[in-house]
Amino acid sequence: MNLSRILAYTVRHLYLYKRSLPRLMEIFYWPVLDLLVWGFISIYLMRFKGDLPNFVAFFIGALILWDILFRSQQGISVSFLEDSWSRNLLNVFISPISPAEYVFSLLLVSVLKLIFASVVLVGLAWILYSFNIFTVGMDLIPLVANLIIMGWSVGIVTMSIILRFGQEAEVLAWGIAFLFQPVSAVFYPVSVLPEPLKTIAHFIPASHVFEGLRAVISGGALPLNEILWAAGLNVAYIILAILFFTWNFRTIKKKGLLVKVGE
Amino acid sequence: MTKLLQVEGLTKVFGSVRAVDGISFELMEGEILGLLGPNGAGKTTTLQMLLGLTTPTSGSVSIFGLDIKKHRQEILAKANFSSSYISMPFALTVWENLTVFAMLYEVKERKRKITELLKKFEIEELRDVPVRRLSSGQITRVSLAKSLLNDPKVLFLDEPTASLDPDIADKTRSLLQEIKEERGLSILYTSHNMKEVEELCDRVIFMNRGKVVAQGRPEEIMRDFAGSSLDDVFLKIARGKTYG
Ligand SMILES: Nc1ncnc2c1ncn2[C@@H]1O[C@H](COP(=O)(O)OP(=O)(O)O)[C@@H](O)[C@H]1O
Ligand SMILES: [Mg+2]
Repeated sequence: MNLSRILAYTVRHLYLYKRSLPRLMEIFYWPVLDLLVWGFISIYLMRFKGDLPNFVAFFIGALILWDILFRSQQGISVSFLEDSWSRNLLNVFISPISPAEYVFSLLLVSVLKLIFASVVLVGLAWILYSFNIFTVGMDLIPLVANLIIMGWSVGIVTMSIILRFGQEAEVLAWGIAFLFQPVSAVFYPVSVLPEPLKTIAHFIPASHVFEGLRAVISGGALPLNEILWAAGLNVAYIILAILFFTWNFRTIKKKGLLVKVGE
Repeated sequence: MTKLLQVEGLTKVFGSVRAVDGISFELMEGEILGLLGPNGAGKTTTLQMLLGLTTPTSGSVSIFGLDIKKHRQEILAKANFSSSYISMPFALTVWENLTVFAMLYEVKERKRKITELLKKFEIEELRDVPVRRLSSGQITRVSLAKSLLNDPKVLFLDEPTASLDPDIADKTRSLLQEIKEERGLSILYTSHNMKEVEELCDRVIFMNRGKVVAQGRPEEIMRDFAGSSLDDVFLKIARGKTYG
């Protein structure tokens, strides 16, 4: 691992956002819209259902954290797509940067992007709904860390699939996170899910994170077992994701597909 | 002269296609070697295997005396590649793109090096233009500039002049010649332009259907094939003739 090569490739993506207003907007566009719509819906619903405490906090907190998961995944897949679209992957892979270093630079880009988006979301939530996510306190750190790492696993797998199957798989870059949304129990507790989905949710790190978030927002302590579950699953999944990427990269080199990415 | 690159029994099978079929050759220090042949002959696949982008079915590639399978990173730091079928991040300017690659190759005195190359390829006035707004010929020149950033000892070029107008293509050839003479750079070059190859290459290899069908100095090959030019030889080979 060579840090300066990793940073070099992170710089490539920073230049991109400096150069492209639409791309810069894209970082904020969806989360801000989501925040507005969901925020006002929850305020509206509050008028009828006064018996669910912290209704707004539940929704807005969940929304901000969901966006972190989504960004973390998408930051990787979309950055990779940028290279594929501009027929730049060969330049990258014939340079001394290793595939692992390349992936690392994308992880770094994803974190930078989600920090930008989160700052805006957190600020807006505070201004519009007087919701201060930092009331969650230090508990936020393990929650957010677990979401970021889950996003990385999904992002690495998505990137591998696009490398292998090309353009037809590109839609995954935007869509795949939503596949996990129902079983991540983002806006409702796992207990409302039917039995089979409950079982699946158990194996999704994010569902444990959101259970944890709700416990904290309701004024309870951070449930340690949920965090440990999430962390354990994440360790297993990130290892699997890296193994999948490595295996897939080897297959692609055998099939001579690297030359054809983006076609 | 020392051997810079050695290929032995290199083979790539894609399903039922033998894209490259047991070829062997070498590239000497300071030599420009042309890799010629009709479409589908296996030139691109060969280059991709030399760069470690495609895994050979069998055979070996050694560059600087090192096996590409085991020492890929080390070899690539002193090699480079350019082609008309690749490009660069569209949104970034020429300067930004070259900066990123100079960083990837850990080039010392980055700014001086980039400025020098922009001048060499006569693209100084494009330095702050996003790649998106360049013509394909201009992109080719930026890509060639990129390929010299790390002062490579060996350069792999896959149809680098395919999208250049005759004037710029000619300038590019003179420039490659000049760079070769300046620092004994070795170049492996694929092209469809036989006149270009005659002018530029010390030696050529003709491929057809994955096999080497002729190799030698351009004038030797013309003699062997009783061709009046390499173009003539190309047609004979593409239409299935062999030696004699
Ligand atoms: N990734 C691949 N998968 C399957 N067949 C391929 C692949 N790449 C090249 N080929 C086939 O291998 C042969 C040689 O192709 P190529 O090396 O691109 O030739 P050239 O560059 O000389 O035109 C062609 O028949 C081509 O269709
Ligand atoms: Mg080709």
